[in-house]
Amino acid sequence: MALSRLSHRGVGSTLLRPFSARPISSDATLTIETSVPFTAHNCDPPSRDVATSAPELLTFFRDMALMRRMEIAADSLYKAKLIRGFCHLYDGQEAVAVGMEAGITKRDCIITAYRDHCTFLGRGGTLLEVFAELMGRREGCSKGKGGSMHFYKKESGFYGGHGIVGAQIPLGCGLAFAQKYSKDEAVTFALYGDGAANQGQLFEALNIAALWDLPAILVCENNHYGMGTAEWRAAKSPAYYKRGDYVPGLKVDGMDVLAVKQACKFAKEHALKNGPLILEMDTYRYHGHSMSDPGSTYRTRDEISGVRQERDPIERVRKLLLTHDIAAEKELKDIEKEIRKEVDEAIAKAKESPMPDPSDLFTNVYVKGYGVEVLISSNYTALEFYRRMDIFS
Amino acid sequence: MATLFQGLGVVTPLSSSNSFDSNKFLLPSRRSLSERKDGIFVVRSDARVSQVMKTGARKHELLIPNAVATKGGSSVASTSKSGHELLLFEALREGLEEEMERDPCVCVMGEDVGHYGGSYKVTKGLATKFGDLRVLDTPIAENSFTGMGIGAAMTGLRPVVEGMNMGFLLLAFNQISNNCGMLHYTSGGQFKIPIVIRGPGGVGRQLGAEHSQRLESYFQSIPGIQMVACSTPYNAKGLMKAAIRSENPVILFEHVLLYNLKEKIPDEEYVLSLEEAEMVRPGEHVTILTYSRMRYHVMQAAKTLVNKGYDPEIIDIRSLKPFDLYTIGNSVKKTHRVLIVEECMRTGGIGASLTAAITENFHDYLDAPIVCLSSQDVPTPYAGTLEEWTVVQPAQIVTAVEQLCQ
Repeated sequence: MALSRLSHRGVGSTLLRPFSARPISSDATLTIETSVPFTAHNCDPPSRDVATSAPELLTFFRDMALMRRMEIAADSLYKAKLIRGFCHLYDGQEAVAVGMEAGITKRDCIITAYRDHCTFLGRGGTLLEVFAELMGRREGCSKGKGGSMHFYKKESGFYGGHGIVGAQIPLGCGLAFAQKYSKDEAVTFALYGDGAANQGQLFEALNIAALWDLPAILVCENNHYGMGTAEWRAAKSPAYYKRGDYVPGLKVDGMDVLAVKQACKFAKEHALKNGPLILEMDTYRYHGHSMSDPGSTYRTRDEISGVRQERDPIERVRKLLLTHDIAAEKELKDIEKEIRKEVDEAIAKAKESPMPDPSDLFTNVYVKGYGVEVLISSNYTALEFYRRMDIFS
Repeated sequence: MATLFQGLGVVTPLSSSNSFDSNKFLLPSRRSLSERKDGIFVVRSDARVSQVMKTGARKHELLIPNAVATKGGSSVASTSKSGHELLLFEALREGLEEEMERDPCVCVMGEDVGHYGGSYKVTKGLATKFGDLRVLDTPIAENSFTGMGIGAAMTGLRPVVEGMNMGFLLLAFNQISNNCGMLHYTSGGQFKIPIVIRGPGGVGRQLGAEHSQRLESYFQSIPGIQMVACSTPYNAKGLMKAAIRSENPVILFEHVLLYNLKEKIPDEEYVLSLEEAEMVRPGEHVTILTYSRMRYHVMQAAKTLVNKGYDPEIIDIRSLKPFDLYTIGNSVKKTHRVLIVEECMRTGGIGASLTAAITENFHDYLDAPIVCLSSQDVPTPYAGTLEEWTVVQPAQIVTAVEQLCQ
């Protein structure tokens, strides 16, 4: 059981009062211990006592439950063929996205691979933008042209959304370089999976980041499977937090949102002073690699349900909320109902949203105004029309 | 290499077919082929000659009535009574399995090819049969394992490297270009690189920009490699076997949307010629050159064209590098009009090179400028309607032929 020390505890019946009139003051700091201590490589780990608060824990619960609901809904939409192509779901890994946001600001940058729906939401994306993009509609965050693997949100420092394994890591180190260059006092979190951890470009980028003292934090979301290949079959050393060698590392229980928050806060402080750091988030995905992978040919159903029972991130926070009397069972269920409704409404709205216009095929290939012409193939029919159009962004 | 005498219109393809010599097609291998009991024969697409050893001569059916072969689609490949029906990915696997049985130096390496069975099931069951060392599950490190495959090939192994999606091989571009393509030359002929690099590419169903790439246009300039594109189960198996037996590095382009095509293929062993184009439908009015998935769009358009009274000659070029200018040239000399339909982007695509090659060699025979229909020069968008507009559709092919034949 988690230890907790409350600096203030209110009294009074809570059943009849609406939630906002909780007797526990929102200033009250809760200190909760992480599930396991941090394991460090070449650095001193942060304390496993994490400062949080009741409202924060509730936000964690809500955000993770929303992400979970969104991913499950995406699963159904995919099976209904409203989402096509590739769809990589994040359910099980929500604590990483939510915990990270709690430890940083929107001025810090996040870049990740293709399992990006929840990270996008965490960065301030809306459900409508997510579902519209997944269904290829104009109101999607990439105007329907990117798809599941290409979500971005420039104004809140979310740089995507990348389909090629590992290619986002040099990009992430580039973001960190720009931050150092412009003296932003901000950091970049470049996320990748255990499969990508064996990419050469990671080590190239890490070397440069260490050489130039860049505020780059490489976060390995280790869900133990690179598509169908288990980590021990792909990596000689699955201790990903140690593989930076001269770059310090920290191993974190990625299913514990408080541990993630603590680690990211620690990492940000570290990176601003000392350069790059590797965080390994020990996490798990319930779904297969993508919707075309059943996820059960290379791992047992017992393993999946075992993790769900013992380590589920949402259940962990639910237990904390209940144990500390921050919320009652019913309230949490109400929140979940609300979330379901929110998601359903967003899906309905997204379904109504229009498909992109055919002319959108040619927009945003180049930036307008540099005298560049986009070559048009000599297709004879309607596309002849586009020859005459203003085809710039 | 195919030698082209510019302006003279004389073409000598890689494998001379003026005097057919069946021995030319029995590529050197580690074991004598005469040991084999069943006949082996190489099929020429124009049915001029089919030298066979044991089995009887075969004749092609020259017309494919069903553009998209589904259940019981008519076979172009075999009129023999026997034969078995399978899907394209199974045909690839059969070819691969046969070659692995035949030659212990053949091995497979790629992501999730072993225990997982391959993301498109081309290598399903092979790891259980041949073991972990011959069917290697690699980490996600394309640059490295492609390089390793090339290194292994330098010593005489015959690796088949799979890119889970052709687009991932961009990470291995240096290895493919500099080592795979050039080592035979720079070493003065000492090292041969009998590697096969294969994988699915092309525009699929809303796979997104990075997973819908057509790498044939990027690789075509690399000297020293051969490129082929399969489009039917019959040619998939034949080309796979030929690619493995070839002493040169071969890149075999498969297409994500064609893996489930069904066709009846011969029971007897057969190996196709890597440098040869396939005559899909002979005709008189216009030569339509295509490859891979666009073959099916062309065939669909052909139905409409035939109804409108046109007689298109359709050739699946199959060999993207070098071009089979013999077959293509003969066709141009007959019809005098050329339409190229491809899935590459217009700029720097296979069609662009083919247009140049035909113009240089057969200019006198052309009655009209060559028309090249290609995909738009844009990253493939995710939205279904936009993606459809990116690639060439049958309606556009029909219009192009009509305009060309005016």
